[in-house]
Amino acid sequence: MRIGEKIIESGLTVCALSSVLIILLIFFFIITNGLPIILKEGLTNFIFGNEWNPDFNIYGAFPLIVASFVVTVLSLIIALPFGIGCSILIAEVAPVWVRNILRPAIDMLAGIPSILYGLFGLVIIVPLIMAYLGGPGQSVLACGLVLSVMILPTIISISEDSMRSVPRELREGSLAIGATKWQMITGIVVPAAMSGIVTSIVLAMGRAIGETMAVIMVCGGVAKIPSSLLSPVYPITAVIASEWGYASGDHQAALFAIGIVLLIFIMILNLIILISKRYSISGNKV
Amino acid sequence: MPATRRYTINTIGISFLWLCGILTVIVLLLIAGYILFNGLGAINWDFLTQPPKDNEKAGGIYPTIVATLYITIIALVVATPLSVGGAVYMAEYAKDNYIAKLVRFGADSLAGIPSIMFGLFGYLLFVYTLGLKFSLISGSLAVAFMVLPIILRVSEEAIKVVPETYKHGSLALGSTKWQTIWKVVLPTALPGIVTGVILGMGRIVGETAVFLLTTGGVAKVPTSLLDPVRPMTVHAYLLASENLSLKNAFGTGATLLLIVLAITLTSNYITRRYMAKMGGKL
Repeated sequence: MRIGEKIIESGLTVCALSSVLIILLIFFFIITNGLPIILKEGLTNFIFGNEWNPDFNIYGAFPLIVASFVVTVLSLIIALPFGIGCSILIAEVAPVWVRNILRPAIDMLAGIPSILYGLFGLVIIVPLIMAYLGGPGQSVLACGLVLSVMILPTIISISEDSMRSVPRELREGSLAIGATKWQMITGIVVPAAMSGIVTSIVLAMGRAIGETMAVIMVCGGVAKIPSSLLSPVYPITAVIASEWGYASGDHQAALFAIGIVLLIFIMILNLIILISKRYSISGNKV
Repeated sequence: MPATRRYTINTIGISFLWLCGILTVIVLLLIAGYILFNGLGAINWDFLTQPPKDNEKAGGIYPTIVATLYITIIALVVATPLSVGGAVYMAEYAKDNYIAKLVRFGADSLAGIPSIMFGLFGYLLFVYTLGLKFSLISGSLAVAFMVLPIILRVSEEAIKVVPETYKHGSLALGSTKWQTIWKVVLPTALPGIVTGVILGMGRIVGETAVFLLTTGGVAKVPTSLLDPVRPMTVHAYLLASENLSLKNAFGTGATLLLIVLAITLTSNYITRRYMAKMGGKL
């Protein structure tokens, strides 16, 4: 009997460790396949090279890295006020019946497949930008708009969780000394929930920078550093997905190499979350 | 600050919050409504049961529905035991030891890895190294790894909220730890675990990038695990991006959306009933 228990426990440990194994395998495979081309091109040439031209075997990833970054930041700028506003509304202001509409609505927003966001962006947002703002339509702005909707649920649900776990006493104390509801929110609830809000922003950044299908349909696919919000761009994920079908040899290796860049970004974001959890003010885990 | 100004700011602030909420709902209705409005017209019995024809410019999407179904089943069969096993370990065996910390960091990191990376990884490990070709099985295994942390996290929470008294009762009757877990803990946590699996299902059905890189993209009903397939999401992408048939792209999109909405509503329903029963937070 004891032996049986031991065997089961080790089996479960193996199951638990499988996610660690998978993440190690992902790093191992992508790095070993992408690193050779980076070394061949030279690290600085690869990262800061201004030209991405697979036809001539030139792999400078700088325009792609800039594109991913710009698009992510823009989506955050658009989504942040609405996301935080919505989470405060759900956590602090809205009556129960409104909550019961908003929460499922946000779950659904999170559940819509990314390809459908892309389709919507391609057929609605791109023509609108083209008609009213000019340019090719497929642009930084289109990516930012589509991504901002996609990251909204991440920001809302995690910020809301952390606001709800702010102790009741803090709120009541603030109201009791005559603060208005808005003063209570901005003075007490938001600061106390800050670590959770930061976590939600960082997670949303990860979502945005890693998103592929929505971006690929509205980015335009031009590997140049964008000069305005209306310029077409070519973020890392879009490059990988759209060139995958015909890439081979050095070209394919270069796709793994920009994959490494993406992985590094994501791991930096993960570390930020880890650190922000440690400095949590209200002590709640998100 | 004068009192009137405080109240004005309060009113403006609260109104802004309401605006955010209303806007969110409008955006959802706009996107879902637009996809359904343009797609529902294309959906009929033939669309769902016939293969594409005229070089995919017309016809139905039957092979892609089959592909999505097979991939979902295979991926869940692989991912569920691993993640529920891991969840049991984390909730019942790990005592905040270094293994638990390692697994927590691993699972959190895995959850943050963009899906396209699972595509690259799936290609390198399954398609290339293990020689499984661009196929049903390669795509299914790659996406199984992608949903593993989701099912793990939700199941772990569900197992953690099983009341200690249940376990004590079972242990007091002389059952072993595993008997307690198998006969008491897991059945009690089952609705939560099912919610996790359903969430994973939603992610698999809606995933595109992984399949674009690993399944080969042939819109035929597969006859073996090593056959190339094209799931619905990839089909919608190819139809739209290669300008083959926007009507059928929206038809595929609307079918997808209906499936995903049904999945979301089901998991919400189970969660709510379960929360009411356990009186806890999931």
